[in-house]
Order: sequence, then C-alpha cells, then structure tokens
Amino acid sequence: MADRKKKFLQGNEACVEGALYAGCMFFAGYPITPSTEVAEGLSVRLPKIGGKFIQMEDEIAGIAAALGGSLAGLKSMTATSGPGFSLKQECLGYACLAEIPLVIVNVMRGGPSTGYPTGPSQSDIMQAKWGTHGDHPAISVTPSYVQEILSETVRAFNLAERFRTPVVVLYDEILGHMREPITIPAPGDLEVIDRMRPECKSEDYLPYDEKYEVAPLAPFGAGYRFHVTGLNHKQDGFPTNDSKQIGANNLRIMSKIENHKEEIWKNDELLLDDAEVAVFTIGSTARSARFAVLEARKAGIKAGLLRPLTIWPFPEKAVRELAKRVKAIIVPELNLGQMILEVERVSGAACEVVGINRVDGEPITPMQILDVIKKYK
Amino acid sequence: MSVPAEKKEKVSVPFDYNKYLRPNKLPHIWCPGCGHGIVLKAMLRAIDKTGFDKNDICVISGIGCSSRTPGYVDFNTLHTLHGRALSFATGVKFANPKLKVIVVTGDGDALAIGGNHFIHTCRRNIDLTVLVFTNATYGMTGGQYSPTTPMGSQATTSRYGSIEPPFDACEMAKASGASFVARGTAYHTLELEKTIHEAIMHKGTSVVDIIDACPTYYGRANKFKSATHMMEVIEKENTVNVKQADKLPPEKLEGKFLRGVLHKIEKPEYCEQYESIVMEKAKAK
Ligand SMILES: Cc1ncc(C[n+]2csc(CCOP(=O)(O)OP(=O)(O)O)c2C)c(N)n1
Ligand code: SF4
Ligand SMILES: [Mg+2]
Repeated sequence: MADRKKKFLQGNEACVEGALYAGCMFFAGYPITPSTEVAEGLSVRLPKIGGKFIQMEDEIAGIAAALGGSLAGLKSMTATSGPGFSLKQECLGYACLAEIPLVIVNVMRGGPSTGYPTGPSQSDIMQAKWGTHGDHPAISVTPSYVQEILSETVRAFNLAERFRTPVVVLYDEILGHMREPITIPAPGDLEVIDRMRPECKSEDYLPYDEKYEVAPLAPFGAGYRFHVTGLNHKQDGFPTNDSKQIGANNLRIMSKIENHKEEIWKNDELLLDDAEVAVFTIGSTARSARFAVLEARKAGIKAGLLRPLTIWPFPEKAVRELAKRVKAIIVPELNLGQMILEVERVSGAACEVVGINRVDGEPITPMQILDVIKKYK
Repeated sequence: MSVPAEKKEKVSVPFDYNKYLRPNKLPHIWCPGCGHGIVLKAMLRAIDKTGFDKNDICVISGIGCSSRTPGYVDFNTLHTLHGRALSFATGVKFANPKLKVIVVTGDGDALAIGGNHFIHTCRRNIDLTVLVFTNATYGMTGGQYSPTTPMGSQATTSRYGSIEPPFDACEMAKASGASFVARGTAYHTLELEKTIHEAIMHKGTSVVDIIDACPTYYGRANKFKSATHMMEVIEKENTVNVKQADKLPPEKLEGKFLRGVLHKIEKPEYCEQYESIVMEKAKAK
C-alpha cells in the first residue's frame, strides 16, 4: 500500500513538499516575506537527502547560484517575493536564452517597492511575463489551494525540465500563509519529468542542437565540454553575429513553448456549460470567485468560473471560446488591471469584460464579486 | 606581441597551448597588446601543471573583455552576466564539489557590480580560484573608470581626472575571509603561472589579482607610448615581489603593489563544512 501522509500545512510548506517530490536537490535564495518559509523548510529537508541549500547574499546571487546548480545537473529552485523577484529578472532572461531549467517561486505581496510585505497581492502577473528585457518565453503556474501549491510546484519542475526553461510558480501571500489539510502524494501518484540527457559521443554533442526543439542538456563534469553564454549563440553554444542564426534561435526559444501550449495550459472550470456570465481569475481570488458563483447560482443566475492554473502562456483558446458564449467575463484581481488586458485582447468585442480591482492589502471578497455578477441577471 | 621577460628563463619544450584551446574559436576578440591573452596563457600553463582532467575543470566568467576567456578554452565553460560569475560559480561548485572551478573576471566585474558577491564568496571560503584581470578600466564598454583606476587618471567618464580612490582587491579579499590571496602581473608571466598554480591547488577561496594593461583605452587616454611601455611602467616598475619587499626601505615601497602570495592560511572550506556538519546533523535528526 502506498503511504500517503495527511498533513496540515501552510502553502509555503506545501511548496517545499512539492519541490522535494519533484526531485529538487538544490536551493539558493535570500529571505523575504512572505516566501521565507520555502527557504526555511528546504534548509532543513535538503541536507537530509544529500541535497544542497545555500542562503546567498542577495536575490541575484540566489538565482545565479541556482542556475549554476542546474547546470551542474541538479534540479534547482529559488523562492522570493516582489522586490526580490524584481532583482532576479536579469538572471531569469539568462535562463530563457541559455535554456537552463529552473523553478522560481514568487509569493506575491503588495507593491510597488517595499509596499506591504505582509499583505496579499497579484500585481506581479505582468512582471512574470515581461519582467526581463528582450523577447522571451514565459511559463507561470497559478495554484489556488494548498494542495495545488504542492502539485503545481511539481508541474513547474516538470515543465522546466521538459522545455529547458525557467518556470515561475506564482501565488499570493494569502495562499503562502494559509493552512489546509493536504495529502502528500506517494511516489508514482504524480508524474515527475527529468531533463533529457545526451547519449551521443562527447565530440558530437551540441547543447542547442537544432535537430531537437528542446535539446538534451549534459551536466557540467560529465565529459561533454560545452560552452554556455547569455550572448546570442549558435547550436554549439558559442556566440554569433550572424543575423540568420540570431533570428532563428530567438524564434526557436519562443516556438518551443508556443507549439506546446495545449500541453502547458491547464484550466479548472466550474459551471461554465450553460453560463451567461463568467468569472476569470487565479490564486486566492479564485476562491472568493468560486463562492460568489455558487451563491449566484442559488439566486438563479447562470454564473460560472474559469480558473487558469497556467497564466503564461495565456489561456487564449479557453478565453476566446468562453467570450463567444457569455454576456460578460468578470476579471477580479489584486492589482489595478493586469490579466484583464489579456482577456480583453483575446475576447475582442465578443463580450463585455469587467474588472474588479483591489490594492489596499485586503482580499477581494465573494460579495464584491457577487455584486458584479448580479448585474448580469 | 613580444613580452620582455624579466629574467630569461629557458623553456625547453614549447608549451602546446592547443591542448587546452578551442582553435576554431580563434582569433580572440582582444586588441593587439591587450594583457588578457598573456594571462590566459599563464592560466593554461598553470592548469597543465595541476594534471587535472579537462572534464573536471569548469571556467566561469562574468561580462567584459577578460570575461570572454572561457569561450576560447576547452573545459566546461560558462559565460554569465556582468558581476555574477562568482554566484554562478558558487552554485556549480556547491552542486558538484568534484569540479575544479576557476573564475575569470574583470576588475569592474569582480569589484564594482559584483563587489558584494566578491566579499561573500571570500567569506564563505568556498573552493574557487578567482582570477581578477585588473586593467584599471572598463575595457569592453570603451574605457570608463573602474574601481581600480588610480586617482587623477583619464577615462572616458573621468575627463577631468578620476577623483575616486581605487580599491585594493587583495586587501579586500583578505579582509573578507579568503584563505589564499596573491597578486601577479602579465609582465611577470612565469611568476604568474606559478602563483595561479598555487592558487588552484589551494583549498578554499583563492584570489589572484592580476595587473594587466588595456592599451586601447587606458593606455591611449593616459598617454602611454605603447603596450610594452604600459607593462614596464604599471606592471614592472610599480610592483615589488613580496619576498624582496622586506629588504627594501619603506620609501622604495611607497605606492607600489606587492606581488606573489600575500596571504595563505588553512581554513575550513564551505562545501566540506556543509557535508561534515550540515548534512551529518540533518541526517542524525
Ligand atoms: C548589468 C550590466 N551592466 C553593464 C553592462 C555593460 N558592461 C559590459 S562589460 C562592462 C565592464 C567590464 O569591465 P571589466 O569587468 O573590468 O572587464 P574588462 O573589459 O576591463 O576586461 C560593462 C560596464 C552589462 N553588460 N551588464
Ligand atoms: S579594450 Fe582593452 S581590455 Fe578590451 S581587449 Fe582591447 S585592450 Fe584588452
Ligand atoms: Mg577591467
């Protein structure tokens, strides 16, 4: 019988369980509220299983060391919040271009600047997509429940390893510090993916082999002596000024994600089949939305909820189809309107799109959402 | 460029640099007369002396002219971001302590944008060899003043003479906790080779501050006649080997940089501490 422990955990502790389940063996980071418990948890657990934990001197060093750990062959992670996420952006772009698997947890707090460290927020949604300079691929997962923080952290590692790219786990302070009973999955319950390793002879190895959409990645020290750079490079990893190669590689790092959106997207739908008004939201706000939708149904309003667990790449297909079927899509978010820009872009003029926004450090309540739903009775 | 040897030492067998170079990645980007190539050659001879397998060596750099070194050498090589070489290197070494990690970094890379990482790397005493190419300028971006530019010097951002006091990378490394600190120059190339070898063989953070010249920017801006003239003035006349320093009167040492091994102590190394203390206690709990 598989052993599945029940635990009463905080979101950040569930993130630790998820990382370990996925095979994370390296963590480097810098403490910051409200993500610190992720680092604290891994500092206790990793050395027990031969893994490496290091507290660096700042967030830049945290992500840079984690990228070094990943290149040395270990599944690696860093965790942070708002100000620290800003500091990590240059290295995040490095991971995109150099194609290094990495998981970055960002427990969102109120901003801008030091803002409201202990208050929830969802204001880094756009930063997770556009924070680093240059055009680049982005994958972000957005859990809403403590159990889901565990499983989405596992999925983040899988996506990072599968696509050789950084993946951001994005949740807000409420989820990071909320406690819920969860089940720790037994080995085999959840899929765990490891990066492809080369099997060719060392002299034939190309770290960005164009034969593949995502080339196998050798760990440093395994006999494949290759070069990694943040400069535009050829398939052998060395820098190039050839515009054809630069263009082709920049397109490839995008298309390796674009071409597999169906595989990366994950949506949770509630009562959408006959819905006339839909709510689209993530994280803790989706919990308020769920309550509001169920209340609306009790009042005879055909409301539903679309809750994306992958916010980047944006769930275009699901939103486009939904927009054709409903009168309105309501987009509650703990910021001044970030996701709504994408919903508007994708839905065109097919339906009305209405935002509910809050930046006072308090959550959006079910009643706030219900009041807007009621307008579409 | 011909390097005037301080003392004519006979090298009986010509050293086969191609053993460690990636010949198809040459020519390099460096200007004629740049000191960085001389340092690269000393590094390769030092690595050869260690006898380490190429597969076990990892060369990591930041951004700058000096930081282009990894692209030319046939090891596991990583060209990172400006200032971050030591952080990436800490990750690689900590994840796989069997790797011999050598960091190649510029004075700007290591001491300005990467200054905080420099301090904390030394403090941890993690087993890395750090070669700082100190040319008193930001070569790659066209000759702005750096943290080692002498006061009064010309640079494209100090047209009225630099008013900032320079750093001494060795003092900084020692004060921060590095267990091996040395200085060399591109001019004293055989001495440099020995120093780098000793640095690689030392367990712990080993910093070698290497004075070399940027004739293109620092040289021209400060009216040096040639690259060799710069080497003679900045590297030869302005430095004294630490072993000879004792015999010289203080006035002869004023304003001069000491060469050779300046500080070498036995001290617990980070990765070993982690394994013997953290992992052991964690497993027992
Ligand atoms: C974040 C960031 N800031 C600035 C730069 C521009 N930049 C590139 S190299 C360099 C200075 C390099 O100087 P140094 O490290 O001394 O190396 P050198 O070229 O002199 O060998 C600067 C400022 C950059 N690449 N990245
Ligand atoms: S600019 Fe200066 S440091 Fe850069 S390659 Fe030329 S001489 Fe060397
Ligand atoms: Mg320099």
